[in-house]
Amino acid sequence: MNCLFRSTARCLRSGLAVNQLRPAGGRSWVASARLLCSAANLQKDLGEMVKKDKVVVFIKGTPAQPMCGFSNAVVQILRMHGVDDYAAYNVLEDQDLRQGVKEFSNWPTIPQVYLDGEFVGGCDILLQMHQNGDLVEELKKLGIRSALLDAEGESK
Amino acid sequence: MTVTAEHIREKLTKDLGAVHVDVEDTTNNRCTTSFKVLVVSPQFQGKPLLQRHRMVNTCLAEEMKEIHAFEQKTLTPEQWDKQNAQ
Repeated sequence: MNCLFRSTARCLRSGLAVNQLRPAGGRSWVASARLLCSAANLQKDLGEMVKKDKVVVFIKGTPAQPMCGFSNAVVQILRMHGVDDYAAYNVLEDQDLRQGVKEFSNWPTIPQVYLDGEFVGGCDILLQMHQNGDLVEELKKLGIRSALLDAEGESK
Repeated sequence: MTVTAEHIREKLTKDLGAVHVDVEDTTNNRCTTSFKVLVVSPQFQGKPLLQRHRMVNTCLAEEMKEIHAFEQKTLTPEQWDKQNAQ
């Protein structure tokens, strides 16, 4: 089921709510509240959300309980690299976020991965970066040492 | 609109000049309209992965509205030959 163009209807329904956006994983801080109905504000908020943490993911479910195989793959890849300090936003909790992040990145699917504020791609791209070694390099640029490097060292 | 594997294959071949396209309908695995594609096109030459995937997403923008899960692999003909040689 695809929720691409439902946000308008959803917006009317949730117009009264002020939502506390918080990442579902990593840390438990609470992001600033925003009005759900303002699409423009959401785009601005997203710009800040993806920069707030070095590693940011938008997934279905939470890192502890991913609700989709692709989101799970992203969580598992990050885990393999020992990246546990990242912000994960659960798009299933917020339909506007689910739609808004697709517009933000001009990318049609969830999960979405951001490194240092830059959109990296979805599950396929992260998986290929993991396989070809690029992910280790990208993490290094962020000052994060991949746990896989240590694992390789031990096995030698 | 019902999206078929054949439709996706034709569109990618035509719009992206793909020399080889594999489309696997993975709907049964995922219980929702799902596809897994391999696209081999000279147009991917010199382009990073994200840009290649964006080309495929743009090509299938209309179909994406109907597709729930979409996996893709994008190769240049050289990469494709190399992979086949292995």
